Parts: sequence; C-alpha cells; structure tokens
Amino acid sequence: MNRSRSITLIVLAIAASASDTASAEEKAADTLARGKYLVTVAGCNDCHTPWKVGPAGPEPDMSRMLSGHPESIAISAPATAVGQWIAAANTTNTAHSGPWGVSFTANLTPDAETGLGKWTQSTFTQTIRTGRHMGRGRKILPPMPIPMYRNFTDEDLAAMFTYLQSIPAIKNRVPEPLSPAVASAAATSE
Amino acid sequence: MLRAFPSLIIAAIALPGILLHSALAEAADPLPRHLHETGLFADAGTTIDARNLPFAPQYPLWSDGARKRRWIHLPPGSAIDASRPDAWEFPVGTRLWKEFSLGRPIETRFIERLADGTWRFAAYVWNEAGTEATLAPREGMSLSVPMAPQGRYSIPASDDCRACHEGAAVPVLGFSALQLSSDRDPLAPHTEAHTGISVADFVRRGLIRNAPAALIDDPPRIAATSPVERAALGYLHGNCAHCHNDSGAPAPVDLVLAQSAGDPASTQRVLHSMIGGAVRFRGHGLGNDATLIAVGNPQSSVLIARMRSRNPNTQMPPIGTQAADIEALALIERWIAEKSLSTPSPSQETKP
Ligand code: HEC
Ligand code: HEC
Ligand code: HEC
Repeated sequence: MNRSRSITLIVLAIAASASDTASAEEKAADTLARGKYLVTVAGCNDCHTPWKVGPAGPEPDMSRMLSGHPESIAISAPATAVGQWIAAANTTNTAHSGPWGVSFTANLTPDAETGLGKWTQSTFTQTIRTGRHMGRGRKILPPMPIPMYRNFTDEDLAAMFTYLQSIPAIKNRVPEPLSPAVASAAATSE
Repeated sequence: MLRAFPSLIIAAIALPGILLHSALAEAADPLPRHLHETGLFADAGTTIDARNLPFAPQYPLWSDGARKRRWIHLPPGSAIDASRPDAWEFPVGTRLWKEFSLGRPIETRFIERLADGTWRFAAYVWNEAGTEATLAPREGMSLSVPMAPQGRYSIPASDDCRACHEGAAVPVLGFSALQLSSDRDPLAPHTEAHTGISVADFVRRGLIRNAPAALIDDPPRIAATSPVERAALGYLHGNCAHCHNDSGAPAPVDLVLAQSAGDPASTQRVLHSMIGGAVRFRGHGLGNDATLIAVGNPQSSVLIARMRSRNPNTQMPPIGTQAADIEALALIERWIAEKSLSTPSPSQETKP
C-alpha cells in the first residue's frame, strides 16, 4: 500500500518536472497571448492608436498601432467647451482637451527614442500603479484611466508589458501636454 | 507519505499567496501612529535619544527653504557594510528620521528597513505646539503653513517617497560616502551649520565596516575643474541623481546626474550626458533644437528651464517642491556661463 503510493508520488513528481521544462516556451507564449488579450480588451487602442475614417466610420488605424498622438498633427490650443460639455477629442482621438489642458496619448511601441524602448518592467508597473509619468515624474493626465488600471495585478501588468515590447516599433515623437494656463493663454490670444 | 502528498500540493498552491503576504507585511505590522513610538525620543518630551546619531549631507535636498535635522539608528551590534562605495548596505532594523521646520517643526519623515529587507516610509505631522507628531495618511496631505510658498505645505504621499528614494541604487540618499565626506564643499547651497557625525567617527565606533581604506584616507570629492563646477555638480547629485542615474531604477531618459564616490570618472560621464546629450522631451518653453546644457548660454539650456519652472508638467524635480531654488539656479547658471571659457566641452576632449 505504502509502496504503491510512493511510486505514484514519484511518477507524479517526474511528470510535473517534465511538464515544467517543456512549458518554459509555452509559458512565454501564454504570457504574450495574455498580454495581447488584456491590451485588446482593456481598450488601449481606443486612445493610443490614431483613428481614421473607414467605410463604416471612425476606427483605429492598425497600421499605426499604439503609436500615440501623431507628431504631424500639431495642436496649440484647447477646444472651447460649450454648455454642459467638459472635454473634447480631436479627429484621431489621440488629443484630449479638458480642465487639465490638452493631453496627447503616449507612444506605447518599443521605439527607443520616442516609445517605451528604454523602459523596464518596473517602469511600466510603477507608471500604472502611481500614475506618474515614467513611474517617477509628473502626474499622468486624463483621460488615461489610471484609477481603474492601477488595479491590474502584477502578473497582468507583466504580461501587458511583455506584449507591448513585442509589437512593431514606430518612431513618433508625441508632443508634451499643454497645461491649462498655456492652453487658455493660447485660446485668448487667438 | 500518506499525508505528505496532499500537503505538497497545498504548499505549491500556497506559495504565491505567501509571497503576496510578505508584500502586505506593512498592513500586518502597521506603522506607529505617533512619532514617539518610532524610538526617536529619549522620553515623553522631544529630547532626542542619544542612540540616534545626527548627520548632515553636504549637498542637501531643496525643500522650499525648510530647515532640516536628520538622525540614524542602527540596531545594537549591527553595522553598515560599506564595501560598495556608492551602495552602502544598511542592516535590517536601520531607522532614519528627517525633521522639516518652517519657523516650527512641520513634519518628521521616517524610513525603516524591515526584516524581509524591504523599506517602509512614513511622514509624521507636528501639532502647532510642537509636542506630538501624528502619522500622515498614505496619500499625503496639504497643510496651512504661513511660511510655506502660497501658505500651503504639502506632505508627500508614500508613493512619492518611493518615487525619489527607490530610484537610486540604495534608498538611503543622504547618508553616503560622498554626502558625508569630511572634504566638504564650501560652495554647496543650503548646507546646515552643523555637520553631524563624520564617516571617520562612524568607522571608529564600528558602525561602518569594510569601507575601502582609500575612502577614509582620502575622503571623496567631485573631480571638477573649478570650485563652481564642483558645487554645481554636487547640487545636481543631491537633488536629481536619485531619478537620473545609471545604477538604480532611474527615469528612462539618458540624463545621468549621479556622482560616484568610488569612481572619479563618473564626473566625465555626467558631463557627457548633460553637454550635447539628446533631449527626449521637447517644448518646455524652448525650441525643438534646444539642448540640455547650451555651453556658455544658461538661458537656452533645457536643464535650467526645467529647474526654474514650477508648472507641474515641466518642473524639475517633479515632486517635493513648489518654489524654484533661486540660489541653486544662480550657481548652475554661473557654471554654464563660465563653462565655455574655462574648459573645452567633454565631447571635444574625447576626440582621439
Ligand atoms: C481613454 C483614453 C486612454 C485609454 C483607454 C488608455 N490610455 Fe494610456 N494614456 C492616455 C493619455 C491621454 C496618456 C497621456 C497622459 C499624459 O501625458 O499625462 C496616456 C499615457 C499612458 C502611459 C504613460 C506613458 C508615460 O510616458 O509615462 C502609458 C504607459 C499608457 N498610457 C498605457 C496604456 C495602456 C497599457 C492602456 C490599456 C490598458 C491605456 N494606456 C489605455 C489615454 C488612454
Ligand atoms: C522624482 C524623480 C525625478 C527627480 C528628483 C528629478 N527628475 Fe528630472 N526627470 C524625471 C522624469 C520622470 C523625467 C522624464 C519625463 C519628463 O521629462 O518630465 C525627467 C526629465 C528631466 C529632463 C529632460 C530630459 C529629456 O531628455 O527630455 C531634465 C533636463 C531633467 N529631468 C532635469 C532634472 C534636474 C536638473 C533635476 C534636479 C534639480 C531633476 N531632473 C530631478 C524625474 C525626476
Ligand atoms: C523629491 C525627492 C524626495 C521625496 C519626494 C522624498 N525624499 Fe526623502 N530624501 C530625499 C533626498 C535627496 C534625501 C537626502 C538629502 C537630504 O536629506 O537633504 C532625503 C533624505 C531623507 C531621509 C534621511 C535619510 C536619507 O535617505 O538620507 C529620510 C528619513 C527621508 N528622506 C524620508 C522620506 C519620506 C518618509 C518621504 C515621503 C513622506 C520622503 N523622504 C520623500 C529625497 C526625497
């Protein structure tokens, strides 16, 4: 009785360790797939991929996937909010004007000079958790959903970062935000 | 065997849970509610316990003119391992305090190294009578303090403590070989009158061990070409290097402002990254062609523009200050203005 139990145990242990080594690659693939899934369903493309007008109306232009506000579209003044409206987006849905000034969505591709190429996993995790630019800088502005996304688990954030580092790098230098003071000065001087 | 098998499975399942728990250790062992319970004082009054030793970094952090006092406590029998000159290893149980005053004590910040090797951060807010300080909320808070800029004083959130302290190789920022060097910089802005206890003293008391002999015999000093350059680089080290370095978890930009006590060549690395270094983020009041440091021309230097600004989207440092440091700006502008006259830029020096 005892003996047969210990044999079972050994067999199980061998099976477990074999599946451990065989799964290293599988696990990486799983992480990547999980990251892609999370980035897709959490809606990152809604804001970080510039929109174009397709046959069925506005849609994300996946040839510029997650590359942020296009540097070719210069914006120097905020939208004028009317009546009950508090915020406005531009045609690519990558520039957002509101009480915070004007924010431009970041380039999330792995380009070293203009995207997340020099980031580490901990830069990414701290950015989402603390809501600070590059994990240590100024406050990240709306509409980046930090208050919701900070609830992602460490594992989810690791998977998302792994995926973001695997997508095609696109060189696109996103402009710095316009603060409310600058924005209103520009608006009144028009 | 019969029992071992299921418990093995349980152990495997529980492991991630155990890791999670150590991350939450802070919640399990809450921070003391009052400063008196952290061991800073000898009695119920505010006399400092003699076991907490005062120290004063030569390149202090600018905090809108607040005056500061600092103390360190090492558990009995323990010592700091100084074998790595720029990353001293502090024993478990190390405690450090920093008191901020504007006319009266406003807050005392507290750092402690826990049994699992991690650090915890807290701020205690003083009552107006100066008799007791109480734990501030994790999210920080804003106080009405007449002597503060615009009458408001802000206590950093604990995430903000970490944004500065956990960017460097070691989270203790002001207790280091360079900061406590007895070869003190006479031009350093905002130094306190007292110098606290020296590194040599700590070594003599057995509280610092394994320090390379060279560091004690020849106290570190920044390898600059002029006294103004030395003080300018020292200021940038003390105020910026925790986020702009190449050894910890810095902000991912190319700027390096950290001096190394063990490696005098670090000064050249810093100069290279500043002079002629690429600017990652444009449009902070200067044109697209502006450089971090325009030798001979402080007004066209992005570094100066970002230090002078207190627009929250632009200012450097991004946390912990609401008023620009006029004295430091004058020093660094003078250094940039004189730089072209006194020395060739490092990019010229390195040409073969
Ligand atoms: C509703 C629009 C919106 C959505 C959805 C959104 N973002 Fe953002 N994000 C922004 C904006 C706007 C900024 C720039 C804010 C600023 O400059 O302060 C930003 C900034 C960022 C940054 C900071 C970059 C830096 O340099 O510090 C990261 C990282 C980021 N987003 C990742 C993501 C990820 C990952 C997702 C999906 C899980 C996502 N965002 C979804 C609007 C959005
Ligand atoms: C708490 C962390 C932190 C501290 C302290 C800090 N910085 Fe920064 N710094 C950042 C981050 C994050 C960035 C990148 C984002 C940005 O530009 O705001 C940055 C960017 C910069 C840039 C622009 C670099 C580029 O390539 O565009 C300069 C210049 C700069 N910092 C100078 C300084 C100076 C000078 C000090 C000290 C007086 C300092 N910083 C202190 C976090 C910090
Ligand atoms: C803007 C960056 C910054 C922030 C934010 C910050 N610190 Fe510091 N802190 C420093 C620097 C730099 C030093 C060393 C220079 C000095 O003391 O003047 C220091 C020194 C200290 C010291 C003395 C020990 C040491 O590391 O030298 C303590 C204790 C401390 N800080 C606690 C805290 C706590 C707690 C918080 C949050 C409530 C905090 N600090 C927030 C930058 C920061």
